[in-house]
Amino acid sequence: MKHTLSVLVENEPGALSRITGLFSGRGFNIESLCVAPTLDQTMSHLTLVTSGDEYIIEQIIKQLNRLVDVCKVVDVSEGEFVEREMALIKVKAEDETRAEVLRMCDIFRCKVVDVSPRTYTIEVTGPESKLKAVMELLRPIGIKEITRTGTIAIQREKKTV
Amino acid sequence: MTKLPGKQMVVEALKREGVNVVFGFPGGAIIDVYDALEKDGGIKHVLVRHEQGAAHAADGFARATGKVGVCIATSGPGATNTVTGIATAYMDSIPMVVFTGQVPTSLIGNDAFQEVDIVGITRPCTKHNYLVKDVHKLPAILKEAFYIASSGRPGPVLIDLPKDIQNQVAEFDYPDKIKLRSYNPVVEPHTRQIERAFKLIERSKQPIIYAGGGVIIANAHKELRKLAESICAPVTMTLMGLGGFPGTHEQSLGMLGMHGTYCANMAMANTDLIIAVGARFDDRVTGKIEAFAPNASIIHIDIDPTSIQKNVKVDVPIVGDCRKALKKLVRTIEEDGRPQEVWREKFQPWWDQIRAWEARHPLTYKTEPGVIKPQYVIEKLYELTKGKAIITTEVGQNQMWTAQFYKFDEPRTLLTSGGLGTMGYGFPAAIGAQMAFPNKLVVDVAGDGSIQMCIQEMATAMEQKLPVKIIILNNQFLGMVRQWQELFYDRRYAATEFSVTPDFVKLAEAYGAKGFRATKPEEVEDTLKKGLATDCLTIMEFAIAREEGVFPMVPAGKATTEMLLV
Ligand SMILES: Cc1ncc(C[n+]2csc(CCOP(=O)(O)OP(=O)(O)O)c2C)c(N)n1
Repeated sequence: MKHTLSVLVENEPGALSRITGLFSGRGFNIESLCVAPTLDQTMSHLTLVTSGDEYIIEQIIKQLNRLVDVCKVVDVSEGEFVEREMALIKVKAEDETRAEVLRMCDIFRCKVVDVSPRTYTIEVTGPESKLKAVMELLRPIGIKEITRTGTIAIQREKKTV
Repeated sequence: MTKLPGKQMVVEALKREGVNVVFGFPGGAIIDVYDALEKDGGIKHVLVRHEQGAAHAADGFARATGKVGVCIATSGPGATNTVTGIATAYMDSIPMVVFTGQVPTSLIGNDAFQEVDIVGITRPCTKHNYLVKDVHKLPAILKEAFYIASSGRPGPVLIDLPKDIQNQVAEFDYPDKIKLRSYNPVVEPHTRQIERAFKLIERSKQPIIYAGGGVIIANAHKELRKLAESICAPVTMTLMGLGGFPGTHEQSLGMLGMHGTYCANMAMANTDLIIAVGARFDDRVTGKIEAFAPNASIIHIDIDPTSIQKNVKVDVPIVGDCRKALKKLVRTIEEDGRPQEVWREKFQPWWDQIRAWEARHPLTYKTEPGVIKPQYVIEKLYELTKGKAIITTEVGQNQMWTAQFYKFDEPRTLLTSGGLGTMGYGFPAAIGAQMAFPNKLVVDVAGDGSIQMCIQEMATAMEQKLPVKIIILNNQFLGMVRQWQELFYDRRYAATEFSVTPDFVKLAEAYGAKGFRATKPEEVEDTLKKGLATDCLTIMEFAIAREEGVFPMVPAGKATTEMLLV
């Protein structure tokens, strides 16, 4: 089962490496990892997508909490939450496909952020499922390169991490 | 407020934390701290001969006293030499603060001379660590280090001190207390969980208390004894838990696990309720996990939530300080008001079964005329010291025979590397313990292999005039590995036989210490008497049965009921 964890961590050098080291050292999975400072600049918010059965997830959460730099861990996928990911996709766009790429962008509400005679670079944002759908449809046209941010997530309503 | 250079802040902090002895080895990157120590003169420094020795000695000091052990090393090789000692302390949850020198901040990352990323290297084997980049933060870091090392589940903390930081000056504002928003170990156990635990105890017919090192760390031995006696439950201990409950108590079943007693392992396999206290269901204890205690409910008291539900499913988790939890549990039992006899009667059939197991396969060994059996040496050691010595061990058969045949009645009297199983631990740890208790008898029980891993510390012990006693059970083998080869590798003794071993008696003499040797059973008692009576560092070497094994033994990966017996 996939789980999305929100982790509040001291914005200290080495804190991120403690977390990634914990995952590699204990054989846990990281599917994606996103970090940036919070409103409070002395803390970072980390969204971590991982997978495992309930025991593994319980261990992951406990082990994260055990790290001295970690302030809080919430499994946001336990409740209602919003998740987003962004991808930049450089796709082949030559005479016969240029229009089609644009049409697809329109349907998925993607933005074209760079144009060259033979390519478009498009920005797509959404839950991972949407990114996957876009990639699927663009693949036959010819994807030259992709970068993705990894998922960020936030709990719905009044709940805060 | 006073302004101090970093090096002096370190010394001041040590004093405020009540540290009066540190173990270390100098070098260019830590020379300034050494200078400050020397100028101050108020803290005893023990100069070791290898930084691994410093780390183990600090660890031994910590285990014997319950205080934070401190060691110091220089950058690069000095720092890496401490790593085994740090990992040893980490695995056994020992409070320690390690200071390492580092190249100046301007050179960090340049592959400077004797530069190593010790903070990176020790990240997975410290509870926390710091690279100090701003001298203004040093006072708080020092305070945090001691607080983190000694609170919650204790562990080693490393502070890496770049040379320039040691000399930069800042206000020394040493906090009395600190609060960290990201670190708040739960010490107070949940009352509701205690009530649930009591319900399980009430319902149980065949309970067993399974006590680990947490009992000793939390100084919970009195409370543990109270619990055991008030409900008349049998107690078994892990290697780390020995001494947490008196080994001579009639309710003690001795150690459990791979080399545990038949009775303890059978009781664990047949119990309907495990009351785990400060133990972590390690693989050496559970054996094949699928076959472990199939009918048992489990109450698990531990300060570290990650220990709970890690290896086995737990019915009543109790996160908190063992001592507090046991106190609460005992109070609940007292409030219930059932007299001890009622519990005794309730568990009588269970005790009958336990006594039958005990009688069927007690701890034992076969004697052979003319041959010294190692178990006999340990038995005699126990008799002669009346169980009052602080015993350290190396790792291997020597460690297991000690655990089996020396009855530890008091906490902090067995210092042994349980989690990491570090050969070379015992002797430097004995030095640390003897520094803490100059008037106690401190004995390292060693194998001829392990003792050679930190033998250089004999010079340290001589220099400090420490009357540590070393007992070498010499089988001219790496005995424990040889035992595995005998049992599971058709006796192919690959790389486990020593064809050259020093003459340990002469070696002792070379260091200015005393040495005695026994080669026949009749000489054992006399050799021990002579050796234990000296007032200086002493080696007692016993030429033991070369291919003696440690039994019972649960082969790795087997169920704990599948014991190989004597
Ligand atoms: C540093 C280290 N290296 C290797 C081992 C693996 N090991 C475990 S027990 C053992 C044999 C120990 O031999 P010795 O000290 O002579 O003790 P004995 O088992 O003969 O009592 C070895 C090599 C270890 N535990 N620690």
